[in-house]
Amino acid sequence: MTTVAMTVNGKAVSVDSEDRALLVEVLREKLNLTGTHVGCDTSQCGACVVLVDGVAVKSCTMLAAQADGSTVETIESLAKNGELHPMQVAFNENHGLQCGFCTPGMIMTAVDMVRRRGKTLDDTTIRHELEGNICRCTGYVNIVKAIKAGAARM
Amino acid sequence: MAKDGIGASVLRKEDRRFTTGQGTYTDDVNRPGQLHAVFVRSPHAHATIKSVDLTAARAMPGVVAIHTGEELAEGGINNLICGWGITSKDGTPMKMGPYPPLAIGKVRFVGQPVLAVVAESRGQAEDAAHAVEVDYDILPSVTRLADALNPDAPAVHHFEADGAVWEHGQPPKNLIFDWELGDAKATDQAFAKAKHVVKIDVVNNRTVPSAMEARAVVAEYASAGEHFTLWNTTQNPHLLRVVLSAFINVAPEHKLRIIAPDVGGGFGSKIFTYSEEVVCLWSAKATGRPVKWASSRSEAFLTDAHGRDHITTAEMAFDENHKMLGLKVDTIANLGAYMSLFASLIPTYLYGPLLSGQYAIPAIHCNVRAVYTNTVPVDAVRGAGRPEATYVLERLIETAARELGVDRAELRRKNFVRTFPYQTPVLWQYDSGDYDGLLDSVLAKADWNGFPARKAESAKRGKLRGIGLSCYIEACGVAPSSAVGGALGCGVGMWEMAEIKVNPVGTVEVFVGTLGHGQGHETTYAQIAADRFGIPIDSISVIEGDTDKVQQGMGSYGSRTAGNGTSAVSKALDKVEAKAKKIAAHLLEASEDDIKIEDGNFVIAGTDKKLTLTEVALAAYAFHKLPTDIEPGLDEKAYFDPVNLTYPAGAFVCEVEVDPATGTTEIVNFTAVDDFGNVINPMIVEGQVHGGVIHGIGQALLEEVVYDPDSGQLMTGSYNDYCMPRADNLPTNFELAFQVTPSPSNPLGVKGCGEAGAIGAPPAIINAITDAIGTNDLQMPATAEKVWRALQGVSAKNAA
Ligand code: FES
Ligand code: FES
Repeated sequence: MTTVAMTVNGKAVSVDSEDRALLVEVLREKLNLTGTHVGCDTSQCGACVVLVDGVAVKSCTMLAAQADGSTVETIESLAKNGELHPMQVAFNENHGLQCGFCTPGMIMTAVDMVRRRGKTLDDTTIRHELEGNICRCTGYVNIVKAIKAGAARM
Repeated sequence: MAKDGIGASVLRKEDRRFTTGQGTYTDDVNRPGQLHAVFVRSPHAHATIKSVDLTAARAMPGVVAIHTGEELAEGGINNLICGWGITSKDGTPMKMGPYPPLAIGKVRFVGQPVLAVVAESRGQAEDAAHAVEVDYDILPSVTRLADALNPDAPAVHHFEADGAVWEHGQPPKNLIFDWELGDAKATDQAFAKAKHVVKIDVVNNRTVPSAMEARAVVAEYASAGEHFTLWNTTQNPHLLRVVLSAFINVAPEHKLRIIAPDVGGGFGSKIFTYSEEVVCLWSAKATGRPVKWASSRSEAFLTDAHGRDHITTAEMAFDENHKMLGLKVDTIANLGAYMSLFASLIPTYLYGPLLSGQYAIPAIHCNVRAVYTNTVPVDAVRGAGRPEATYVLERLIETAARELGVDRAELRRKNFVRTFPYQTPVLWQYDSGDYDGLLDSVLAKADWNGFPARKAESAKRGKLRGIGLSCYIEACGVAPSSAVGGALGCGVGMWEMAEIKVNPVGTVEVFVGTLGHGQGHETTYAQIAADRFGIPIDSISVIEGDTDKVQQGMGSYGSRTAGNGTSAVSKALDKVEAKAKKIAAHLLEASEDDIKIEDGNFVIAGTDKKLTLTEVALAAYAFHKLPTDIEPGLDEKAYFDPVNLTYPAGAFVCEVEVDPATGTTEIVNFTAVDDFGNVINPMIVEGQVHGGVIHGIGQALLEEVVYDPDSGQLMTGSYNDYCMPRADNLPTNFELAFQVTPSPSNPLGVKGCGEAGAIGAPPAIINAITDAIGTNDLQMPATAEKVWRALQGVSAKNAA
């Protein structure tokens, strides 16, 4: 057992978890933040993307213990006081989701993409940047559109 | 029409919970005191279980129970079933090998569940699963379809010798059925008088469905009422309930509530009844505590029913004017180690009847041999049978055009069906369509005539450019129940049910037996109700996926929601509307016939006397002013059993650039024109086409399940080895358009759209690549290596 102290979505938390626990497991099972999903066991799908100290991380690829002392932001943190984040609005307006399972990871990846690449993103850049995120439903067409629109509005 | 009504691209109501992380998928459900199940799975493709030693595992921390196949059988649990009976052409029934939820005596594919370990935490259950000792005697296995019928192939199941001599000259080992459709004699006669015969061999590659949410189960048992609750990733909760109770006998139907919370995609894989549901229900009762199982992606590769996996020889006969005379198709279909719920349906009635495509072919004969192999069971994956049929037909026609030296589009056009209804020689009767319109439209949009110039431009850059066409037909919502349940062998009815409840305050709840798992049902159904009453979409809720709330249903698969679900909703709305008008007429002292619905009000036509829906609803429930020939309340239920299937159709043009140095294919232009009948929400329908086309691109270029032929191990068991389409596999330019030919077979004139892309895209893509590289000799997936090798073959031939 390890005690992990983090700031998650603005709140200081301290959780006891098994040494082998992954960050995504602690988020989902101990903190009940089930918006972060698990879609694979080989770090390929990106359903689990969160921001750790402001940087996009696949939370299935990191031990919870490694996040000790870090600031973690999950999909649940994006909307403020009931007001959606521009990227969330853009996913809705551009029909960038169907079953919604990949969506939290896509949105967190998109937010990080804008941080690194700026607000003006072309299709090629977005397609390339989404290499680590798999969606089976949408065919990515509207995800690319949504990210472009959301980025411009951020 | 309300602004949120039929035909409007209304933004989805369900999105807010998904974009904010508040969706509730099965793995997000946790129950107090919950235990965790982990399955011990077969590491071998084929083996006898010699002994099992649970001593060490039972002593591991946190272990509560370990379940075995024998324990379930002794407790009266039956085998998993295939619900569609197919009869071979010699009159014998298909051969169903017993499929116990946990293996008894033998294992037949890598990943087959053998034991279930249930512990306080998932980690503890995993540790204990590793401590279970199973001693196997490894048997030779057969995993490749092409090997399954070899006389020396190992038998996957042993059936009592029936002495039958099978006409292909081999013993019927591993043969599940040998089925035919169409008139063999008439087809032979057509070939006898043919001027040209064109023949191809095609492989339809095996794929995994890969919904991004893997399957999961939470089972709970309340001993006081002997009542079970099952949260499950299912596309059809009611059907699952019938199977679990009536056939598998794990819980009585009236004491089993099934809840499908948010379901993260399915693509067919969540239609079927799997071992894990049965075992978790059993365990919940045995342990007295809720039991959860959540599939890992590795387990998903090993257990979710796979798709496709056909090899086919097809021949088409033409007369001197290039009119089609006949079609012969001979297919072998791999059904895996056991027959999954609808396994037998996919390569038969979802395949053979589609072989007429958009064409008037006077005689068709189709023979399908289904076989067992030591692989994961194969069942429906997006399109299910229809992509396989379309691939055969559209590659055959493209090949024919090349061999006959005629224009590919014109060869198709020459043979289109033009009068409806059209009775094909393979069962289905097309109700509507305009195939010339689709072809004209797609050729114009894709600038088909401008292709030579683009090809020349690519050549300057050292690239090989090719263009391919595919004209597909789909058949959605197998119907009517009387026909499919009788002669065709379906074990269930194929109707749909809906209930509309207008609440006393005038808000509306739509209960329907389909199950959205990404298709936007909450919005689409609400649009239909909004359209009817002229009320805002926000005052309507759509409820699916809970057998306690929705009385009956058949679920969502095979693009049946559009034709069946919306029709049931529409019929229930008719009943509610009729009653509401009766009430309004009474309150307004008018005749029922004079009441019209305008902008959300019930008005006496031509006057300003009106009542809102809320006033009518309130009167229906308060029941102070209504006569006794009206019953209180304003809610109605309806069943819809379709008179025919619906027949969406489309024409796709794909344009590719191949790099001859590497064999890499880039899809530069993709143009799709589809006819889905009336479209309720164009935005959602476009999204379905996008997803379907990329799914088809995956099959055509990237995806393939590979087993090691010696060990029977699954070589493509993760996203590292199995290539899913990513965002950069999108066509550079992707254009969609709709043509509307309403279906006459349902009240809204809709046809269904969920599978179209996956059906029409693969042949369009392969036809484009083979056009670019100058050989027909190419099988899916057209990876860079395969294309490069095909190109080397072409150069060798040219050099010789
Ligand atoms: S769950 Fe983390 S990448 Fe798939
Ligand atoms: S929306 Fe279903 S996986 Fe992306």
